[in-house]
Amino acid sequence: MLALLGVLVVIVGFATKRNPLLVVGVAGIVTGLFGGLSPQTVLADFGTGFAASRSVTIFVITLPVIGLLERYGLREQAGALITRFASLTTGRFLAIYLLLRQLTAAVGLTTLGGAAQAVRPMVAPMAEGAAERRYGALPERAREKIRSFAASADNVGLFFGEDCFLAVGSILLITGFVNTTYKTHLEPLDLALWAIPTAACACLIHGARLLYLDRTLERELAAAGGTLPREDAEEAAT
Amino acid sequence: MIRAEWFYWLVGAVFLAMAGQMAMDRSNPKRFGTAAFWGLVGAAFIYSTWVVNKTAPAEPLGVAVLAMVCLAGFGRTGRGETRTTAAEQRAASAARLGNRLFVPALTIPVVAMVCAVLVKKWHIGRTPVLQTGSETILGLGIGTVAALVVAMLVLRERRPTTPLHAGRGLLETMGYVMLLPQLLATLGSIFQAAGVGNAVGKLTQHVLPHGQTYTAVIVYCVGMAVFTVIMGNGFAAFPVLTAAVGWPVLVEQAHGRPAVVLAAGMLAGFCGTLCTPMAANYNIVPATLLELKDQYGPIKAQVPTAVALLACNIVIISVFAF
Repeated sequence: MLALLGVLVVIVGFATKRNPLLVVGVAGIVTGLFGGLSPQTVLADFGTGFAASRSVTIFVITLPVIGLLERYGLREQAGALITRFASLTTGRFLAIYLLLRQLTAAVGLTTLGGAAQAVRPMVAPMAEGAAERRYGALPERAREKIRSFAASADNVGLFFGEDCFLAVGSILLITGFVNTTYKTHLEPLDLALWAIPTAACACLIHGARLLYLDRTLERELAAAGGTLPREDAEEAAT
Repeated sequence: MIRAEWFYWLVGAVFLAMAGQMAMDRSNPKRFGTAAFWGLVGAAFIYSTWVVNKTAPAEPLGVAVLAMVCLAGFGRTGRGETRTTAAEQRAASAARLGNRLFVPALTIPVVAMVCAVLVKKWHIGRTPVLQTGSETILGLGIGTVAALVVAMLVLRERRPTTPLHAGRGLLETMGYVMLLPQLLATLGSIFQAAGVGNAVGKLTQHVLPHGQTYTAVIVYCVGMAVFTVIMGNGFAAFPVLTAAVGWPVLVEQAHGRPAVVLAAGMLAGFCGTLCTPMAANYNIVPATLLELKDQYGPIKAQVPTAVALLACNIVIISVFAF
């Protein structure tokens, strides 16, 4: 029971907004020592845990390419490109991205999207570009909201797509844990199939919320600036 | 055969090179602390190879991890001035290069996809070209190297230090939270070793009334979500809640179909991931990358979806499992 003190450390640290790395470090030490592990074993567990979970951090490798492209105007170009597609509103564009992210993750291509590789350099600027085309310069509140929803589309698509794929970490964790602990035999395929109902719900619910974002923006921006004529002016010019 | 460990060495080398640049960046008031932090991360990435194949002791790596925790935890890391181009320069360059700018960015996913689907099946003699089981992450690595070459050619950029500086700028923008997910996974394995799952199991079976299947479904799903919010990771919550409620109550007592209970239970955990700042890589890192004023912006955009999906998972188990 004393091992639960570690959970308490995480909750208290989290609630009092301590430095998260420090919270994790202290929680690990407390759990290990009160859970009956020797100090040496706790150190070794920190080491093996770090070594085994390196794959979580490898996206860093993409930063130099993305940073270089941003220096040369990748984000500006992404915003410019989207303005050519008249009917593509912010919400519709993000809903399409959500669907694509879910489908590609469901066939195991989880590395196609991501905050550093896709959302910052391309998806968010495109979503903003679509809104700017319609309403002109965006107030900060609207810009923040669009960017937040761009990040949410990436996350929801990934989380509720990847579990439909057999060889993904969470599925392998389920079969690995259950088959060794309870001496049974669960097939990854069964689990992946039963992830589909939730995936469909995620697509419908978040897709609908993204489409609704268009209305929210319309209401907020039309009320704030009334810069709607810009769209008409541009369409007349093209 | 191309091994996953080679890729980890490359990542480690990138961290070390960036740490070198950080140490020389006089615009960063905490340059030595920052350089020490990322340098340790890089060295640990490489040393881990021998920990994984058990030819080196894991304890020194544990010490290094705690040193990283202290450097970041006691505010020894910081960031320098970002060296980048001015807005007008970027707009001009975007106008000049046009959609060619997307070619390198899209090279990463295309090559990753080719590796995961096609190269996966290639063999030289009897050995596969890519290490079995690591095709996707190797695809990411190969795709990134290819993209860097393409980018240097398309942009006619000659100095190899330019992408490294640009990448370091992004790394400094994200800061130490970038390492949080990996450390949470580490914490999860310590929880396992110390028997936290069993302790929670005894506790819930004490509290939960016998025979109330649907209450147990709600406890399992909401418990997965709440524990994930605390731990920042569904993977850490799953063994705990499954040992406590999922298997003994829902599968053994109520004869639920294991595949439905466990698949939907894991996804209930993912609903928690959408709501927690502890899942820094999904929620906080994007906020800093997108330069949001409100670092909880993505979470606020996700909470309504997460709550609705949690309800969906409860319904799915209740309807299809029994």
